[in-house]
Amino acid sequence: MNKFKYGVAVACLLVSSSVALADGKLNVVCSTEQSWCDLITSEFEKETGVDVSMIRKSTGETLAQIRAEAKNPKIDIWWGGTGDPHLVAAEEDLTQPSGYDTSKLMGWARGMANISGGKTIGIYAGALGIGYNADLIAEKNIPAPKCWKDLADPVYHGEVQVASPNSSGTAYTELATFVQLFGEDKAFELLGQIGKNVNQYTKSGSAPSKATARGENTISIGFMHDMVKLATSGFPMKIVSPCEGTGYEVGAVSIIKGARNLENAKKWVEFGLRPKTQALAATVNSFQVPSHSESTVPPESPDLASIKLIDYDFATYGSSETRKRLIDRWNKEIKNIAK
Amino acid sequence: MRRTGYFWLLIGMVALFLLPWYAIETSFWNFSWLFGSKSSFQNKSTFLHIYNNSSVIYAPLIAALLIATFFTWRLKNDVSLAKLYVGISIFSIGYIIIQAFFLDGFIHLAIDQNSDGFKYPLGLGIGGFLTCVSFLFLLTTGVSGLGKGRGDAFIIGIIGAILALVLVFVFYPVSQILVQAFTGEEQRLDIGHFFNNFLGKDIWSLACLTSSNYCGVAFNSLFLAVMTGLGTTILGLAFALVITRTNFRGKKILHILTVVPIITPPFVIGLALILLFGRTGIITDFVADTLDISKTRWVYGFTGVYIAQLLSFTPIAFLVLVGVVEGISPSMEEASQTLNANAWTTFKKVSLPLMRPGLANAFLIGFIESIADFGNPLILGGNFSVLSTDIYYSIIGSSTSTSKAGTLAIVLLCLTLSAFVIQRAWLGKKSYSTITGKGDSGKNIELSPKFSIACQSITVIWATFTFVVYSMILFGSFVKLWGYDNSFTMDHYTRSFAISFENGINFVGVAWDSYFTTLIISGIAAPLTAIVGLATAYILVRQRFAFKNSFEFMTMLSFAIPGTVIGVSYIMAFNTPPIELTGTAIILIVVFIFRNMPVGVRGGIAAMSQLDKSLDEASITLGANSFTTVRRVILPLLKPAILAALVYSFVRAITSVSAVIFLVSAEHNMATSFIVGRVENGEFGIGIAYSTVLIFTMLAVILLMQLLIGKRRLRSK
Repeated sequence: MNKFKYGVAVACLLVSSSVALADGKLNVVCSTEQSWCDLITSEFEKETGVDVSMIRKSTGETLAQIRAEAKNPKIDIWWGGTGDPHLVAAEEDLTQPSGYDTSKLMGWARGMANISGGKTIGIYAGALGIGYNADLIAEKNIPAPKCWKDLADPVYHGEVQVASPNSSGTAYTELATFVQLFGEDKAFELLGQIGKNVNQYTKSGSAPSKATARGENTISIGFMHDMVKLATSGFPMKIVSPCEGTGYEVGAVSIIKGARNLENAKKWVEFGLRPKTQALAATVNSFQVPSHSESTVPPESPDLASIKLIDYDFATYGSSETRKRLIDRWNKEIKNIAK
Repeated sequence: MRRTGYFWLLIGMVALFLLPWYAIETSFWNFSWLFGSKSSFQNKSTFLHIYNNSSVIYAPLIAALLIATFFTWRLKNDVSLAKLYVGISIFSIGYIIIQAFFLDGFIHLAIDQNSDGFKYPLGLGIGGFLTCVSFLFLLTTGVSGLGKGRGDAFIIGIIGAILALVLVFVFYPVSQILVQAFTGEEQRLDIGHFFNNFLGKDIWSLACLTSSNYCGVAFNSLFLAVMTGLGTTILGLAFALVITRTNFRGKKILHILTVVPIITPPFVIGLALILLFGRTGIITDFVADTLDISKTRWVYGFTGVYIAQLLSFTPIAFLVLVGVVEGISPSMEEASQTLNANAWTTFKKVSLPLMRPGLANAFLIGFIESIADFGNPLILGGNFSVLSTDIYYSIIGSSTSTSKAGTLAIVLLCLTLSAFVIQRAWLGKKSYSTITGKGDSGKNIELSPKFSIACQSITVIWATFTFVVYSMILFGSFVKLWGYDNSFTMDHYTRSFAISFENGINFVGVAWDSYFTTLIISGIAAPLTAIVGLATAYILVRQRFAFKNSFEFMTMLSFAIPGTVIGVSYIMAFNTPPIELTGTAIILIVVFIFRNMPVGVRGGIAAMSQLDKSLDEASITLGANSFTTVRRVILPLLKPAILAALVYSFVRAITSVSAVIFLVSAEHNMATSFIVGRVENGEFGIGIAYSTVLIFTMLAVILLMQLLIGKRRLRSK
């Protein structure tokens, strides 16, 4: 009796939930912030009439999912999120070229497409920076940091929080930036000195800045647009663009290999890269720098022109080989220093 | 037996011939799979396949059904018929499995191609599913016909069904990810690689005892789990005793307070603890100011996680223990007192030993919950890493490795298995039954005064603490920026749950969609979980069969593995045929059933080992069959266990995060994954407001369930 009821229930469900394959549909996984995901979805639906099913997932979760679904993909478009996992997906042949003409995009966005054979395209950039809690700095009467090297100063003992490159893409970008700025050995030396001041290597890349905003921590390293957002919502967060120069991430869009709604997916890529669409991001407090050369840069965005940006080498530092080597070295030399 | 046989054969015929074998794309209700001979390959019933000469793969199955039917009609010898049933069902189920996984022809037929030549495999549909079910029950009917299990078809049917379900929905997906542990970089079997990983320093190091380095994650997890298991059991027992054995005022409030923590999305407790004990937390602030010491980040690490886990998991221990404490027979305690033992001795020597099954099960649940907990270590862990978070980040982190995740999952399973074995050894083979059906009246003795005061003060302290934490949460949902700008606002609620009344009622708030989905899915999953869990408990306690212990452990598997692993293994297993469930609501329901079932099992076992077998026997002697016995005797006595299983599975379905994150889809989004997204986005207000609404919804549902199920009456007053 029991399992008969159970069978009936499952049967009813099997029936009621057949997979959507019909034309005019698009399945999107969105890794930008929720409000930006919601907005671009509704704008795209308005313009094209395509019925979009969108869900927000972090880049790591998305990559794990498209790997697991490789033989039978359910997602068409992967929109946003830091470019590294998009490059990994391209390298593992999980995504396919969209055929989008990238000639009008900024150099760094074209770079993503070139490295990946057109499988992933840059949609925005965000620079790495240092954030600090102004109230705590004043209360403790310590100077605000200006450069990466300042973070090694013993006055900041136990006041610095950074993510761990084992789990966070942000932290890996930081590690790669240090290596490109100072040379590998010098970089690890500096990371070791900073490590003495680190109170915690967090798992998530945005956690240090959030802790800093709330006063749980004094100084953090992270993406500046995240910090701008925290500052705009009212926290005493101050943002520093390090004097030695800094690296950046490129957020990207990819079409999943085997996408069931390929035509609509291509439409989405074209729509998402338009200057007009990119301008919408700032209306929902997403302050990254847009990738189309004709897009207007929101005034709150960290001005990339005034930041000393390094010439970030995505081809070298995006490859799994370099990544593995650097993270292994980090685990050996840096991980256990923090106390 | 013949009647049951005919019944399942008929179901099999209908399923095989008339229903569509594959999962169909079009609507079920337009019946084009039955009549529309032009519809695409997958959207057809077998009848149409054969009519269009397109398939011979069904022939052996059709033959099997016809042969079985013929012999049910002609064969007079029951034992031979039973043997035939067993043979034919095993052949047919084997044929379906082999075809589905291995036979090229079948796979080849079951592939749809898109214009680029990308091949999509097809999953089993309602027809295939029901055919398997009918062969399964034909098999159990046959087995019972052979005289196994006292020839009781009902019991054998349940065992068969649960075994099949556990194999398909626990063993199969979990094995998918465990295999990864043995897979080297070249995607080949690599045992050395596994042992390298398995014995690695980052897992087993004890460096933190002797130096400033970190300990291995395995020891961190183990230590935390033992402490949490002990802590929650002791607290849960104190609560259960206060509620059942003292005339403590405000039991009602206490009851509610003890339930609230399990109905809270886990990271909300973490956030509240940070606001209380974090570096800028209210209590840290206060203590630092009064004692004039500098504020530290003391809460991050073992301490914080431990406090959060005690808060979150004590109620589960309480739920398991309260029924057991209540069920202790007063006559045994009275006997002890008649023999001149005082209240404390009686408790120590009589009541406590009788509670052993409850204590052991409460500890095991606390242990497993702690070891699989994900939300609390994530928020409060600091540099204290545990297995569950490490597994999560070896799957989704920046340097991912499913083989490392698989290895860590095996380590975690080893720890759980050891706890399970130790628990069994401690319980031993003694009898703990106290509800015998023999005249048993009176009232349980009161606790000794000192002990009673101790229990009550623990309870009051804990309840106050819980109350403070939840006031913080409620408060947080009404302020602009929790912990920073404390001006009042209703904004978070209106944004999430606004309703517009223009042109009828429109649910315009952003949270409504996921709210309704969550309630529906949890509402379906809860009763199914309770049924599967209690049925499993029933056969484990009351029936004897080979491999019972391994069966019992298998039912615990899915619970012991962190949600992340379950989530990913479910995608791996159920994204491709034969069973294709990803993107549907079913996969969510199924994952909830099999993840939460073990609590039903543990609670059921604890409660059922108190019921003396003579009750069943009396009922059977009076002519009732085992189905009636279960319905009229066992179930009414199990009301607390049923309630616990229902409540717990409903609540867990609503509050679980880590398994769900991988399985939600755009159409079926769950509340927790919505909340996590908002919190990640820094919108704590909405996340907390939503959590508050969920907490009140769950409270209402739990009260309703309590009303519907009612109390069991053990003895006349």
